[in-house]
Amino acid sequence: MTIIASLVIPLIGAIGIILAGRVNANLRESVTLITAGALAWTVWSLLPEVLAGGRPAVSLTEIVPGIEIAFRVEPLGMLFAALASGLWIVNSIYSIGYMRGNKEKNQTRFYTFFAIALSAAMGIAFSANLFTLFLFYEVLTLSTYPLVSHKGDEKTVRSARIYLGVLLTTSIGLLLPAIIWTYVVAGTGDFTMGGILAGKVDGPEVGLLLGLFVFGVGKAAVMPVHRWLPAAMVAPTPVSALLHAVAVVKAGVFTITKVIVYIFGIDFLAESPSGDWLMYAAAFTIIAASIVALKQQNLKRLLAYSTIAQLSYVVMATAILKPLAEIGAAIHMVAHAFGKITLFFAAGAIYVASKKTELHQLRGIGRRMPWTMAAFTIGALSMIGVPPTGGFVSKWYILAGAFEADNYVAIATIIASTVLNAAYFLPIIYFAWFEPEQPGTDNDHGEAPLFAVLALTITAALTIGFFLFNATALELGRQLVSP
Amino acid sequence: MNPSDHLAALQVVVLFLAAPIIVLLQARRLAWAATTLTSLLTFAIAIALTLGVLNGQDYQYFMGSWPAPFGIELRVDGFSAVLLLAITGASSAALLAGYHSLDQQIEAKRQPLFFAAWILALAGLAGIVISADAFNIFVFMEISSLASYVLVAGGPDKRALPAVFKYLIFGTIGATFYLIGVGLIYMMTGTLNLADMEVRIHDVADQSPVLVAAGFITVGLALKAALFPLHIWLPNSYTFAPHVVTVFLAACATKVSLYVLLRFDFFVFQQNLTGHELQFTFFFMPLAVFAILIASAVALFEKDLKRMLAWSSVAQIGYIVLGASIVSLAGLTASVLHVFNHAIAKGSLFLAVACLAMSFRGLRLNDIAGCAKAMPWTMGALVLAGLSLIGVPGTAGFISKWYLISAVLELGGGIAIFLTAVIVIGSLMAVVYIWRIVEHAYFRPAETEIVAREAPLGILSITWVVALANLYFGINPELPVTLSELAADALMGHIK
Amino acid sequence: MELLGYYNYWVFAILLMVGFYAVIVRNNLIKKLLGLAIFQSAVFLMYITMDKVEGGTAPIIQEGVADQIYSNPLPQVLILTAIVVGVSTTALGLAIIVRIKEAYGSIEEDDIIAKDRES
Repeated sequence: MTIIASLVIPLIGAIGIILAGRVNANLRESVTLITAGALAWTVWSLLPEVLAGGRPAVSLTEIVPGIEIAFRVEPLGMLFAALASGLWIVNSIYSIGYMRGNKEKNQTRFYTFFAIALSAAMGIAFSANLFTLFLFYEVLTLSTYPLVSHKGDEKTVRSARIYLGVLLTTSIGLLLPAIIWTYVVAGTGDFTMGGILAGKVDGPEVGLLLGLFVFGVGKAAVMPVHRWLPAAMVAPTPVSALLHAVAVVKAGVFTITKVIVYIFGIDFLAESPSGDWLMYAAAFTIIAASIVALKQQNLKRLLAYSTIAQLSYVVMATAILKPLAEIGAAIHMVAHAFGKITLFFAAGAIYVASKKTELHQLRGIGRRMPWTMAAFTIGALSMIGVPPTGGFVSKWYILAGAFEADNYVAIATIIASTVLNAAYFLPIIYFAWFEPEQPGTDNDHGEAPLFAVLALTITAALTIGFFLFNATALELGRQLVSP
Repeated sequence: MNPSDHLAALQVVVLFLAAPIIVLLQARRLAWAATTLTSLLTFAIAIALTLGVLNGQDYQYFMGSWPAPFGIELRVDGFSAVLLLAITGASSAALLAGYHSLDQQIEAKRQPLFFAAWILALAGLAGIVISADAFNIFVFMEISSLASYVLVAGGPDKRALPAVFKYLIFGTIGATFYLIGVGLIYMMTGTLNLADMEVRIHDVADQSPVLVAAGFITVGLALKAALFPLHIWLPNSYTFAPHVVTVFLAACATKVSLYVLLRFDFFVFQQNLTGHELQFTFFFMPLAVFAILIASAVALFEKDLKRMLAWSSVAQIGYIVLGASIVSLAGLTASVLHVFNHAIAKGSLFLAVACLAMSFRGLRLNDIAGCAKAMPWTMGALVLAGLSLIGVPGTAGFISKWYLISAVLELGGGIAIFLTAVIVIGSLMAVVYIWRIVEHAYFRPAETEIVAREAPLGILSITWVVALANLYFGINPELPVTLSELAADALMGHIK
Repeated sequence: MELLGYYNYWVFAILLMVGFYAVIVRNNLIKKLLGLAIFQSAVFLMYITMDKVEGGTAPIIQEGVADQIYSNPLPQVLILTAIVVGVSTTALGLAIIVRIKEAYGSIEEDDIIAKDRES
């Protein structure tokens, strides 16, 4: 029941938002916050049971024999759901500051589709089989389209077209055949510990099926299906922050991890040589995306390419197929979420306060917007993987797993990308704090709106806090690999 | 006399009784009301027949109690039930929407005649589906065709006239080919009853007249079904017909010809002519692939809403034929399922277009630019129906795509991959042309000075009912799936 | 001779093709319709040919006459139906042509297509 509640609460919230939007804006924002709070409370209430080893499940309906809508909470899904629901509260606080500060239009539509998207994310997190996951995956794509195309001007609509085009093409063109193929050969699509494909496919078919899945899950942004992420940056920053740093992209890597662990099975995939390419594809994405990020001048696009690289960290870690690396993959979902959402919050705060979007405009901005830039610094350090930020913890585990597997390609990639991360983040921080401002009239601004600052302070604190308080996440990750 | 004994015959008799009465009803609302009531009555009969079929009842009805093979036999099984539901349902929905839409397009004094033609078209289509006699099928086919010509030409657009003339020529050629085929078979077997034919053809199989007959029947019915490349009559006819006529015809008219084709082929030809299954596959599969790819591609470039959706229908017929050409239980289930689901999806799309037509004179993409602000509910229904056409999970269209891809994957090997790619590419092209409509409606500023208002409640509510049916049958497809499986069993059972 | 014995069928095939040719090639709508009518009458010929039994008479039972060979009545009945259908189709087609003439001022297909393209 709790599972169904976690899907329904955001939907009821959406209806509430539409109704409240006709009354006044404060009521509407309150509805959002209450809904987010209720959702987080519901989702987190499942945590003790899952930590103790329980796997609550519920089956909703059978569509046709063999294909049903069913939910089952397992450690990775619990982690994802807890992360998304908790951060929705913070993001809602941020949205209030951003949307009002920017005087955005159509705010009711914005908050409504946000709620629907969160419901879809919950559906993905708790899905018990491939069909349910695919259903909510598509709902997530469609419900985020109005958010990405929010501005409505021609450039935005064109970018939103790319967003939708890439995501739907990969999901209908690659993911759906992969899912149907799985159902046809394995007879089921249920997520099962140890996988369901052992003995059903062999040889090059394994690699092919894995490829269909990995590139079919466009939301994980493994190159070359990554184009939608930079295109999605035309969205208002709260969208970029929660969805394209947390919900949507995490849904992507979450799906890939879930497929590898529960459909293929770690042991089966380790034995199949045709699955080896995945790690190299992920490694390539990491390096290539980091190099492209180096050349970016627009802050949000830089963060987008950084996200692409960070997502492939998770994919690469999963592809190493060692327990420590899997745990690292799970934790990196959390660490990256905290860090990246902070970075996006900061970017959006800068835009609201000063309308600045390009890197060269950010010289000396640290003195005008100390809170914002402090948070940005923490987030950047987390991306690089410097203690005492959360990013350090996850990198540690991934490296440990890579060493355990004697995987020198992975080790080299992590080291190289750390250097590249530093190369594009550290200059921004340096210029923001230590360089004098460019003379000009657009420097006449102060700190960002209160709600925005509040939100980014919370997430920055979470980033550091994750370094210290990560036992729960680690436990969930451990249960993922050894139930 | 128990009416339920004669249910199969009543399906058409009620309509034939109603038609002359409607001509006499000069008050236009009265004519509409009588027509709609009759259509709803036949819908109820269709539902009753379907429930009987699901219960396992075998409907075999002899007209005038003359036994087969002397008399004309009527038969209703799973396959017929699916089509009856689609035909009568589409007709009823279109008529309910027509309260507003037809008033706008057809002069009051011609309406009684128009509605009489509608009833006759409905009678013809229903009659084809329940007949188990080859010539009876021809008679009903021509009744429905002639009435359809009148319906298509009934609207205010003068371009409908050359379109309907072409439709007439093509339709008559198709029916005549079918007639030649039936004549040749009669010559060789001496019977017109399908079940009897199945037995008797065995003795004369593989002789030239029978092979020629198979050819003529196939091509004739393919013409009427608008199977690529014999689809040329369809786009213009659907575009320029009155809007609810398009709803009615797009949902079921061509599918009925496919029904006859599959019945004839699987019941009579497949097991009796050596190697016929292979010919079926090798003839129809490439045509289906072309239909899907080429028709979707043309739809991509169309600027007129109705023509775009008409070309989309040609592509969807390709999907149906693709499933059938696999000649397997799974393939036929997918095929019949898509007949049902496409009727709902395309029906609701054209209903939404009819709603748009209440406010806009032209239906080109530029004409409806920015209409989503004024007509949010209409566009909402259109988006929902469009998602079903694309095959987004949770909609009826997804279920048929799922079944179709599963059936194709069963083939294995390179052909499975190729056909899956074709199906997927067709879906992606559908995404593109549906999204063009969405973008124009939601994001372009309104270019005309027409002050659009939301469509009237009557037509809007029936549009939403059918649009929601897409969702319902996407989550709970038990009814169409069961019927499709019954149909596939019956068709494949004759190949043993 | 076998070939001549199939004389009716030869005529049927020729009429079929003549009608079909007229439908496709002719520009004038009335000529198209006439081609269609010829096309359909070929089929009528085929049906009637098949039911004529050599030495058969009209299929009416006469009292007291046994061992009579009758021609098959069924195709004759079928063809009556088909003739009616053909007549209706021709009538409908001519009605449409009248309306086309009113709307377009011409019944040549080229002119109609040209007019549509202009508008």
